[in-house]
Amino acid sequence: MASEAGQQHPLGIYYKIWILLFVLSLFSYMVDYLDVQGVMRWTLVLLFMALKAGFILAIFMHVKWERMALVMTILGPPIVLLLLIFFMAVEGNYTESARVQYLGHDANQAPAHVEH
Amino acid sequence: MSQSEAVANGSPTAGGMTGFVQDWKSDKQTYQVPWGKAMMWIFLVSDTFIFSCFLVGYMTVRISTADPWPLATEVFALSFFGSDPIPLILIAIMTFVLITSSGTMALAVNFGYRRDKRKTVMFMLFTAALGATFVGMQAYEWSKLIGYGVRPWSNPWGAEQFGSVFYMITGFHGLHVSAGVIYLLIIARKVARGDYDKKGYEIVEITGLYWHFVDLVWVFIFAFFYLL
Repeated sequence: MASEAGQQHPLGIYYKIWILLFVLSLFSYMVDYLDVQGVMRWTLVLLFMALKAGFILAIFMHVKWERMALVMTILGPPIVLLLLIFFMAVEGNYTESARVQYLGHDANQAPAHVEH
Repeated sequence: MSQSEAVANGSPTAGGMTGFVQDWKSDKQTYQVPWGKAMMWIFLVSDTFIFSCFLVGYMTVRISTADPWPLATEVFALSFFGSDPIPLILIAIMTFVLITSSGTMALAVNFGYRRDKRKTVMFMLFTAALGATFVGMQAYEWSKLIGYGVRPWSNPWGAEQFGSVFYMITGFHGLHVSAGVIYLLIIARKVARGDYDKKGYEIVEITGLYWHFVDLVWVFIFAFFYLL
């Protein structure tokens, strides 16, 4: 709960979350470095992303200690984005299938490798 | 109005959903925080929608193109002193720089509420320096990609949309970081000058909210654009 003296909390929790964010970032990077692919890649990347975002919001931005009225204002409206994501994913898939079916695009090409 | 005044005015103190109902009922101030903080949060919610539009747009063009998407892990690889290219290393370093800056910002906010002016200013300046480092690395990344021939309308590896998405999203994020560095420097100067000695240090927390938000956006860009 928000105290009368603003958002004052022990320093320890900031250090702990800070270290946790480093570790989670390192894990995210290792997913790429170790070339994890497929469902496992999506699961791990999204999990680490959600944890990092959650800790930044909850602890660093103090949402955990704010009153419900402010928390709802912050987290409520973005929920409608899930609907936008869903509709645009459906739309995108339809566009791709139209390109393959009517324009003769090949959806199974591999990207060119990068020459450094 | 400061928080202590709001509480003294007989504001409800219940937490959770009971507090939510109490805060919204009977035509009175809803948010029991300084107005600057409420306004910053409302700005950040609107900014969330701007970045979400970019990321959803990116998702849509990436799904809808039949051309292959360039491999971010190779595009952003970097070799040091003639070593084999290390995948995505520059982006990983940028991520660590930004997280470090978020940590120093959290400390600045904390020392602000402890009324330790010297440490508050020091950590704010440290945060600004890390932010400037991040922008510098981004400028390097941009120049490298421009050198490879990546343009908003074409690139040597696959789907043309890759370039426009990259420059648009990282550019807009970089703009936010740059603005944050300037914002931090201005507020740090005012803190050092003693402008907030009487008013209280809530302004440092408000600045911190903006800074953490920039880091928060990067978490999503890092996952969706660079890793997936």
